[in-house]
Amino acid sequence: MSRPPVNRRPPAPLLPAEDARDGALVFVVAVLCFIACLALVSALAADRTAHGWRTELRGSATVVVRPGPNETPDAAAARAADALAGVKGVSEVEALEKEKAEALLAPWLGKDLPDDLAIPRLVAVDLDPKAPASAAAMEQALKGAGVDATVDDHSLWLKDILRAGLLAQTAAIGVAALIVAAAAAVIAFATRAGLQARGDLVGVLHLAGAEDGYIAALFQLRFGRMAAIAGLIGAGAAAAVAAIVRLLGGEAGLMPVLPVAWSDLLPLVACPLAAGAVAALAARVTALSLLKEMT
Amino acid sequence: MSRTADAGPPLSESIEPPAANDGPVVRFEAVSLGYGGGPEILKDMSFELEPGSFHFLTGASGAGKTSLLRLIHMVLRPTKGAITLFGRDTRSLQRAELPLLRRRIGMVFHDRRLLDHLDAFDNAALPLRLAGARLGDYQADVAELLAWVGLGERMNSTPPQLSGGEQQRLAIARAVVGRPDLLIADEPTGDVDHEMAIRILRLFVELNRLGTTVLIATHDEDMVARSGRPVMHIEAGMLKRFSSRGAVA
Repeated sequence: MSRPPVNRRPPAPLLPAEDARDGALVFVVAVLCFIACLALVSALAADRTAHGWRTELRGSATVVVRPGPNETPDAAAARAADALAGVKGVSEVEALEKEKAEALLAPWLGKDLPDDLAIPRLVAVDLDPKAPASAAAMEQALKGAGVDATVDDHSLWLKDILRAGLLAQTAAIGVAALIVAAAAAVIAFATRAGLQARGDLVGVLHLAGAEDGYIAALFQLRFGRMAAIAGLIGAGAAAAVAAIVRLLGGEAGLMPVLPVAWSDLLPLVACPLAAGAVAALAARVTALSLLKEMT
Repeated sequence: MSRTADAGPPLSESIEPPAANDGPVVRFEAVSLGYGGGPEILKDMSFELEPGSFHFLTGASGAGKTSLLRLIHMVLRPTKGAITLFGRDTRSLQRAELPLLRRRIGMVFHDRRLLDHLDAFDNAALPLRLAGARLGDYQADVAELLAWVGLGERMNSTPPQLSGGEQQRLAIARAVVGRPDLLIADEPTGDVDHEMAIRILRLFVELNRLGTTVLIATHDEDMVARSGRPVMHIEAGMLKRFSSRGAVA
């Protein structure tokens, strides 16, 4: 038997499309995403700065030469430079002249130094970045040449820089974890409020044979989509701020310690996805937990 | 050829027949129910509803009719006794099993419980949608059913735009659309006129003829008398009369 054709539009969403709380929730999650993205950009910039410092320090060493009783400081420095030039892993050696050594000490001792002040003579050593010579190898070469000298391979500073870099990374991870937890808590709260406000709807769905997972998926989809939009807004705002910093400050950024690079903005693309995923998970876990308490 | 409003209800064409059951669809064994430690609303109630049976549930207001239907629908748990549905003891039911059992039951709620943000069509189609059916598979059936209950021109209206009687008919359409194994209805003709009440009764009878077990709670003595179907009568929380293939224990 033929029946009249029926052309229905697709079924309406089982959760009402709009909710007065949605706008506020998008705003809160967008702000959290904005802060998280700025923290991420800062962490990336800090990491790059620390990496540059490490490379610089690892690529050089300074040798302090003490002249023997019967030789001039210049002669002692020249002998030290000769001895170091033959060490494997040393790419360039330069015995600094007295004027350069005094210039290096000027910030601490001033410019007009007395003539009888014994100024240590320095030898600047550039190391092969791929296989740098060790301080021990350089000391052994100096000792073999009969030069009284101390090798400073900057390991003391390297440790401090590594520690500072690690601290910056840990702080960034901590901030990110806090923000993720806060976002998850906000979404969980919103889900709980949404489920309780829609108790009648949930009841009807249950009684009509909907499974908990099906109902939870409605809220999961709703809050996941909403958080993804908020993530897009937050990441976009953070990218705009970072771009302004980059454009105003050039390569060094507004703060030389945190030079923002354009590549730092790329990871922000993942923010909407991450926000959506965190929100969807929080909504699902909360909804399933709450549904067990409901008939 | 399309159906006319005077044809039989549109139940026999598209939906699979109910699954066969060996035992009774519903079995109450010494069931009692009380709320929050208060006095028992239902007392020591025992009966069986055989597959394909059709009963009316009568009794004064407050006698416990709605509570009994809610027990069958597993909205309430008995304080004493055992309820078996489709051969499953509901005391040992896991939460995950509830939806599948409930999909075999069509329920007409006294307070209708329609979803105000969905239109009449989507409300009526809800059980099919929850069971995973596609719109293309059910849209003609749902439209025809709505036309049969007099809502053919109102299928795009939301419940707040419908009158009380229209809402009642929509709730009935939702309950029968999936051709459930068991239909329980709480005062299904309370808000409709005499002609529509007869029409709705025909729908239930047709559903029953196709194998659905039917239990209707009603005050409508005229409908009970006209149908000639057996009656379960509750008085002071106890089952006083049971005329059917089952029997009061």
